[in-house]
Amino acid sequence: MVQFNWFHVGFLLQAAQWTVLLSLLAFVGGGVFGLAVALCRISRYPLLRWMTTAYIQLVQGTPLLVLLFLAYFGLSIMGFQLAPLAAAGISLTIYSAAFLGEIWRGCIQAVPRTQWEAAECLGLNRFEQLLRVILPQAVRIAVPPTVGFMVQIVKNTSLASVIGFVELSRAGNLVNNSTFQPFIVFTTVALFYFCLCYPLSVASRRLERRLNAVRN
Amino acid sequence: MQSAINASDIAGSIGAYQPSESAAQTGSMISVANLHKSFGVHQVLKGVSLTVQKGQMVAIVGRSGSGKSTLLRCMNALETIESGELNVCGHAVHDRSRVNLRELRKQVGIVFQSYNLFPHLTVERNITLALTTVKAMDRAAATRKALEVLEQVGLAQKKDAYPEQLSGGQQQRVAIARSLAMAPQVMLFDEVTSALDPELTGEVLKVMEQLARDGMTMVLVTHEMAFARKVADVLVFMHDGKIWESGPPNELFDAPKTKEFAQFIGSGL
Repeated sequence: MVQFNWFHVGFLLQAAQWTVLLSLLAFVGGGVFGLAVALCRISRYPLLRWMTTAYIQLVQGTPLLVLLFLAYFGLSIMGFQLAPLAAAGISLTIYSAAFLGEIWRGCIQAVPRTQWEAAECLGLNRFEQLLRVILPQAVRIAVPPTVGFMVQIVKNTSLASVIGFVELSRAGNLVNNSTFQPFIVFTTVALFYFCLCYPLSVASRRLERRLNAVRN
Repeated sequence: MQSAINASDIAGSIGAYQPSESAAQTGSMISVANLHKSFGVHQVLKGVSLTVQKGQMVAIVGRSGSGKSTLLRCMNALETIESGELNVCGHAVHDRSRVNLRELRKQVGIVFQSYNLFPHLTVERNITLALTTVKAMDRAAATRKALEVLEQVGLAQKKDAYPEQLSGGQQQRVAIARSLAMAPQVMLFDEVTSALDPELTGEVLKVMEQLARDGMTMVLVTHEMAFARKVADVLVFMHDGKIWESGPPNELFDAPKTKEFAQFIGSGL
């Protein structure tokens, strides 16, 4: 029987890189599409609002696990054989965009309607109103819930193990299978997750303080 | 509908005060003719007609819900209109499909009861934002303009402050300066002192009085009766979505023609 040793820690560290990569894919993909979703949700065109609402309802009502299965196994049956990384990237993006889009829509709408009106009365067009007046205020509101969701995403990337990813959780499982020291193995895994998530929370607090400190 | 129009005709005949030279369209900055506006089933404006001449200050008074704020917001195309005509600075505001909103907003400034300054920008940026984006001024010229209007409202020393660091009266003066910087031809004031205590109200009214003296065309909705009486050229009393009485403030106050206005000033003064 092999004892838990530094070799295993190195293995976990390598796997943690996949967790980071998957998280980044989710943040970037989800961020870009999430912003588009948020803007469509407040659009003047009913069709855009309707379509994005349907998208959000659909995705929010579906487990991430099922999205991963669909992207990897479902699409392959239809003839699109995706690499695990592509399948995970796509499902995480679809998933995050729905949640971030809805979070950010709320933040945009939390800015008083009179701010739109005041900007409109100064002659700014709708895009300028959004860019120069509404979004800067919405960002301030958006920091805490966005970071909260990002932390969730880091942890949810563990689900990508079902399509063959050896990320942090799966790696922990493998190490445990050879060492049978679940307590020490999974404590180490938990510690790794903490080390990934905690800096996010700290950065969020800093950012919040900085955004508010501008005025004092 | 029919009855509303009839009623408005009667109201018009009671109170359609027009200065003698008003027949010529040249001097009129705003002309409103038989304006109707509803929110859902609730009719707010039931046939309003009014002319504002260049350089005039018109004060609109009346009870809450009489439609005075709605009338003011219509003038800036913040509300859509059901029927009637509304010309502001040469723009046919009633024709929503044709009116150039950006040009209209350049020429018509509005100041709100709740100031609506942009909290994330300094006082100076609040003013220069529209100058650089809408009027395409360069940053230096916009800054100069901002200082100029801030001096006009006596707040040049606050240019780097954020709105929340200012008192209500100061915020409202910045809001006036912001609007003024666009060099509008008409300024609209929607109950701009209603959120202020008497002392702060005084400083805002002083700025407005100076504007009037400088010849700015102004329409204000107000509850400041003494101010309206002293400074306004025309007083308009609105009641039930119509113009009930209008004319020179002193005449109206000294001899109300309708019992509604008599009651209104009786309770208000």
